[in-house]
Amino acid sequence: MLDVNKVRKDFPFFTSSPDLIYFDNGATTQKPQCVIDTVSEFYTLGAANVHRGDYPLSLHWDALYDKTRESFAKLLNCQANEIVYTAGSTHSMNQIAYGLQKNFLKPGDVVLITENEHASNVMPWFRMRQESGIQYEYIPVDKQGNIHMEDAKKAMHPGVKAIAVAGVTNVLGAKQPLKELAALAHENGALMIVDGAQSVPHGPTDVQDLDIDFLGFSGHKMGGPGGTGIIYGKYDLLQKMEPVFLGGGMNARFEACGDMLYQEAPEKFEAGTPNIEGMIGLGRAAEYLLSLGMENIEEYEKDLRAYFAARMKELDNVEFYNPDNAYGPIAFNVKEVFAQDTGSYLAANNICVRSGNHCAKILHEVIGTDSTVRASLYFYNTKEEVDRFIEVTKEITLEKAVGIFF
Amino acid sequence: MSEYKNLLDDPEVLRELIMDHYKYPHNHVLKEGAGYKKIHMASASCIDDITVQADIENGIIKDINFAGIGCTISTASTSMMTDLLVGKTVAEAKDIVDNYFRMVNAEPYDAGKLDEAVAMKNVWRQANRINCATIGWRAMRQMIEESEGSHE
Repeated sequence: MLDVNKVRKDFPFFTSSPDLIYFDNGATTQKPQCVIDTVSEFYTLGAANVHRGDYPLSLHWDALYDKTRESFAKLLNCQANEIVYTAGSTHSMNQIAYGLQKNFLKPGDVVLITENEHASNVMPWFRMRQESGIQYEYIPVDKQGNIHMEDAKKAMHPGVKAIAVAGVTNVLGAKQPLKELAALAHENGALMIVDGAQSVPHGPTDVQDLDIDFLGFSGHKMGGPGGTGIIYGKYDLLQKMEPVFLGGGMNARFEACGDMLYQEAPEKFEAGTPNIEGMIGLGRAAEYLLSLGMENIEEYEKDLRAYFAARMKELDNVEFYNPDNAYGPIAFNVKEVFAQDTGSYLAANNICVRSGNHCAKILHEVIGTDSTVRASLYFYNTKEEVDRFIEVTKEITLEKAVGIFF
Repeated sequence: MSEYKNLLDDPEVLRELIMDHYKYPHNHVLKEGAGYKKIHMASASCIDDITVQADIENGIIKDINFAGIGCTISTASTSMMTDLLVGKTVAEAKDIVDNYFRMVNAEPYDAGKLDEAVAMKNVWRQANRINCATIGWRAMRQMIEESEGSHE
């Protein structure tokens, strides 16, 4: 079991901001000292580009840079060469979608998504329909965002060539049945694509057991540096997938006549000088999470979220949208108070949350409201913080929310 | 008049005004008509998504309406604006709008010109909400400027 008091000592944030409650972990997370030190070392010891220099400093960073793939291979139970470095979830999901456009999907093919998805797993498909006639259709979800397999089976038809959904959704915290969805996809010759931004940081992900074909997620939502992310892909599929960005580092050769030869995966997806210190720092973050244990993290967060949900149910001034989900954020509104006014009131009381539509702008069709307040946890949050949040939230009225301006 | 002025110094009164304009916004239905121009205001960084329309003829603001989704500050500030600017000449309106923007940016302003909209005088203390307090006003400022362009 995770010792939260010990864990909090690993994060300088809790020393520098002792009065703040940080419940915006769905947006980004605080960084452990070991990650900060690793990134800082790159600047203090001396920067050098990777895979290009013949001198020891460059080779030193090469080794650490490549080691991050091994850390994620452990974290996801895959091969190191199935790990592609990206700038974040959005980059990952765009590369996956556009990467499939050339060798996998043809006009008229259908990708199944849901109304729960983050913008980065919606908008690429919208544009691909406009540009190349690749279609998308929705798998229905229930009021708390969950896919039920009978609905997924009904949505499946011979034209479907991929299912692309979030492992855990970013507003309602619906944990989708990935293994069953992957089986359904594969029975029908379709690919299984997962947006792991809100699932990978919070618990075990075994891509072989789940039989996922492609997975994209962010590094900064799991204690890693900003501007970092990962694509996992089955190696033969990565080899077949077209890179979006072309340039230095990803080509084997190119000729004046226009012939181009790419590197093998994963390097062929990593054009240009990468975020070296970011990826090295992300590797350190992955090792840190592995040292805590992904099962322990999941167990701790589930327990904390269950406590949070139970306490939210005590409040009669809130509308709580996802009380039955065991994962992800607490999504709510204070009755008669606009989400952003609640967010500002909580901010005035040193509590950091997110208000808005959380890049899931089509979700209002499902829950019947345009905007929500989202309190999202990580393994360093505590029941004491939840208690203080409840004390503040139960007092919120429209009058008090407006009162912060006077 | 002085008694009314005093009321507008009272934080309780100003708070009530914001709440009242939020719960019962004025001029909150868009109208049909050849004279109306409209601007849709929405941004990625906030939830507000409103449309402001105005009928400006011969240098006079004849009507203003708005509709859409907004927080207390954006709804109340836009509602107050519709009350304040209807019937004004373009020149008068520009002066009021100017004063309002100075106020929300914590610069010296003439409170006498802003009537109930002085309720927004402290919004700058929550810097991320200045956008809310100006969303409707920015739409109106643009329509006023465009109306001048069409005259020349």
